[in-house]
Amino acid sequence: MSATRAQRTLSFAQAADDELTIYERSKPGRRAFTPPPLEVPERSLEELLPGALRRPEPARLPEVSEPEIVRHYNRLSKRNFDLDTGFYPLGSCTMKHNPKLHERLAALPGNAKLHPLQDPADAQGALELMWRLQHALGEISGLPHVSLQPSAGSHGELAGVLLTRAYHEDRGEQRTKVLTPDTAHGTNPATVTMAGYEVVKVGTDANGNVDLEDLRAKATPEVACLMLTNPSTLGLFEPQISQIAEIVHGVGATLYYDGANLNAIMGICRPGDMGFDIVHFNLHKSFTQPHGGGGPGSGPIAVSERIEPYLPRPQVVRVERDGEVSFELDHDRPRSIGRLRGFQGNYGVFVRSYAYIRSLGAEGLREASEVAVLNANYLLARLREEGVLDLLPAAYPRLCMHEFVLCGTPMKRELEIRTLDLAKRLLDHGVHPPTVYFPLIVDEALLVEPTETETRETLERFARTVAEVLREAKDDPEIARNAPYTAPVRRLDEAAAARHPVVRQPL
Amino acid sequence: MSRYTSVTDADLQEMLATIGVASIEQLFADIPAQLRLSGPLALDAGRSEQEVYDELRGLAARNVSTEDEITFLGAGMYDHYVPALIDSIIMRSEFLTPYTPYQPEISQGGLQAMFEYQTAISELTGLPVSNASVYEGPSAVAAAGYVAKHHNGRRRFVVSAGLHPHAIETLRTLAHGYDMEVEVVALSAGLTQLPALDDQVSAVIVAQPNFLGAVEQLERIADAAHAAGALAICAADPIPLGLLQAPGAQGIDIVVGEGQTLGNRLDFGGPSFGFFAVTQELVRRLPGRLAGETRDLDGRRGFVLTLQTREQHIRREKATSNICTAQALNALAGVIYLSWLGRRGLVELGELLVKRTAYAREQLAAIPGVTLSHTQPVVREFPIRVDSGVDRVISHCKARGINPGYRLAEDQLLIAITEQRSRAHIDLLVENVKEALA
Repeated sequence: MSATRAQRTLSFAQAADDELTIYERSKPGRRAFTPPPLEVPERSLEELLPGALRRPEPARLPEVSEPEIVRHYNRLSKRNFDLDTGFYPLGSCTMKHNPKLHERLAALPGNAKLHPLQDPADAQGALELMWRLQHALGEISGLPHVSLQPSAGSHGELAGVLLTRAYHEDRGEQRTKVLTPDTAHGTNPATVTMAGYEVVKVGTDANGNVDLEDLRAKATPEVACLMLTNPSTLGLFEPQISQIAEIVHGVGATLYYDGANLNAIMGICRPGDMGFDIVHFNLHKSFTQPHGGGGPGSGPIAVSERIEPYLPRPQVVRVERDGEVSFELDHDRPRSIGRLRGFQGNYGVFVRSYAYIRSLGAEGLREASEVAVLNANYLLARLREEGVLDLLPAAYPRLCMHEFVLCGTPMKRELEIRTLDLAKRLLDHGVHPPTVYFPLIVDEALLVEPTETETRETLERFARTVAEVLREAKDDPEIARNAPYTAPVRRLDEAAAARHPVVRQPL
Repeated sequence: MSRYTSVTDADLQEMLATIGVASIEQLFADIPAQLRLSGPLALDAGRSEQEVYDELRGLAARNVSTEDEITFLGAGMYDHYVPALIDSIIMRSEFLTPYTPYQPEISQGGLQAMFEYQTAISELTGLPVSNASVYEGPSAVAAAGYVAKHHNGRRRFVVSAGLHPHAIETLRTLAHGYDMEVEVVALSAGLTQLPALDDQVSAVIVAQPNFLGAVEQLERIADAAHAAGALAICAADPIPLGLLQAPGAQGIDIVVGEGQTLGNRLDFGGPSFGFFAVTQELVRRLPGRLAGETRDLDGRRGFVLTLQTREQHIRREKATSNICTAQALNALAGVIYLSWLGRRGLVELGELLVKRTAYAREQLAAIPGVTLSHTQPVVREFPIRVDSGVDRVISHCKARGINPGYRLAEDQLLIAITEQRSRAHIDLLVENVKEALA
């Protein structure tokens, strides 16, 4: 038996045969659905819907009974790692605890079974909740005008850049470029292109801050906007943010705040006070919507006075008439960029995030950010104490905000394992690895975000675990290179999947 | 200490000492003093779980849900029955609380569910490749337009007025950004009538069934688009697709749509999911996540996110889309729902809807003062015209616990029939419309 095989233990999930798909469990004649009785007079389908319009054969959906469906998806669920089960320090994603109360509230019939086109008079509770959430987000960001419509962070970014475009066009200006730092999330440059602008990359200086000289050189009158994440994706606050704002505003451009890292500064400082014109929030990050395996999220935006006229429509507004207060959808916004999606946005997410803001209040939000930053710095310090930073030094050795970046170059050189191998070996220790290979400007990057909801003991255990993986790799790098061993599957061949894509079940 | 954090006073002191700072304040030293808030945010103080529950329950109680009235509202989202097993499965922590499966070895449940979902959408749409979900219906239409623009580099979309109005408006918003013109063409007798298409048309975009419920003849539309060198895009409603010809089989290149009806709550409009399926030719331009089959080191089947070189985190400004977080949990509900209905159930449901809808349509059309806005075949939604105005109908019905439908215009009402609207409900609607017009 090879050394690597010796590491392997079988879990319950793994002891089973390869998991069948729902289609492979299908057998003609089985069913989970009992149709309700027709109740109306029987009619010939042909007469109502001519054959030429109908599909000749039913879509090949599975034929399975209810117990089979339940067992199938429950079994699948056990092949997932999740936040409720273990530590999930996925940098940039703010994997904080999702309070269980929120699911109960979102499921109330008055929320879950409310039709989006219900007469606003019969949806006053929902509209008031949205209005209150708008107000709270405006206060947290220091930018008073909020639209809840965007469906996710990237959608909020797109809204923000389209608002910028509308603002400039309204002033008769045709600008062509948008600046993004080289540390930016990929969504920033992708958004810029989708909004019809050209991306110009701004460099990072030796301390991990925006390179001001580079910014000055690139901030020309063709620039429409600078998109900035602050704290940056390096987990560092831009100490020169006021100068940055001055440079950007100096050429008439807008300053856009990517809210991915808002969790570091809630109640401590505000993008609006820093000079940002437009902010997006990731409600699924800072305001704890369960991530659902990749959504749903929500990406509201908040803007300054000069951007307000262009906000998407409809807007939820509070109206006072003859002493009566009501909440309405205002469609009459002539300079609006228009809709970004159907209906009013991801209301179910709003319910959860508003509940969170009510639970925490002003002090609680501030405490959340303080502890998020405390936990990140403590974890960094513990990793140092464990000797991990000798092989995985902090990319920028200074205090971090809510997350920090390690650089795996020495580890790769000394131990001959890559950041990917470290991540895969962490899977065997029951933790989700940090974000790997991002930000792009750090070689072999590992972006670690513990969040405020983790205990000190969890952080300490993680530091010891990383140290142990490195010690093990010193003895035998093969172990990490072939990890994981205890996950439901072993390392998967992603290159083969991309070479010959099989993206549906052949039936 | 809030109930969601766990740093005790003793922990705090020891943690600060380990870090080598004297106070939490010092951790924020990079933030210039003049930018720091001097006092707390102007928000209320935090509250106990019980108080928050009471407060939000109070707000929810001020909404009139589909449990509180007999609703015939549709127009993009529909009150279909959501089976209990969906709640049970999607509330499991293992599906509810992970993120995007960046580490596939510990995300096989979610990835396999995506693969199964993609298969179901591929079957429904008649196209070989479905992604793992996009935000929702109308923005999916705009995303499809972006694919078409990059596919053929042309200038203009020809859009049926039968598309959902929110989809048309969303397309206009986004097309302004990526610099495309939007030309809306009117319906005639309930169906899309295409004008002559020139060589600057990038895509023809229609809905199936269209906003007025009518079943479009997609083959004609796809043929016309292709003859002009344009792509054919269809925004489809997935429940009717159980009965209708698969748009892909009729030549449509991109099929997108709103997935709410597939096992998702109404939620006042979201979160739901959008689906997005394309021909093989367009695979490399597909937006969003895509799960693919592969093997592990031991040769066992597994699933990963694939063709990621399309995506923003790799390709950045050259990505096919900026989308990152989409609607994985809602799409999971979608595939569970489709498995629950199953191969025959989707057809049985569709036939039930067609027949109950036909009954409602005939009964309403027989009322003096009511006519049909069009007579095209429909599946579960149709408009009526009330020459004396629909507001009287709406207020009369609302006062009696019935929401008669969506007000299309002063004299038009759009009525949706789901399997949750029984014959008794329909009869009650008919009776009340009659009364209102009497």
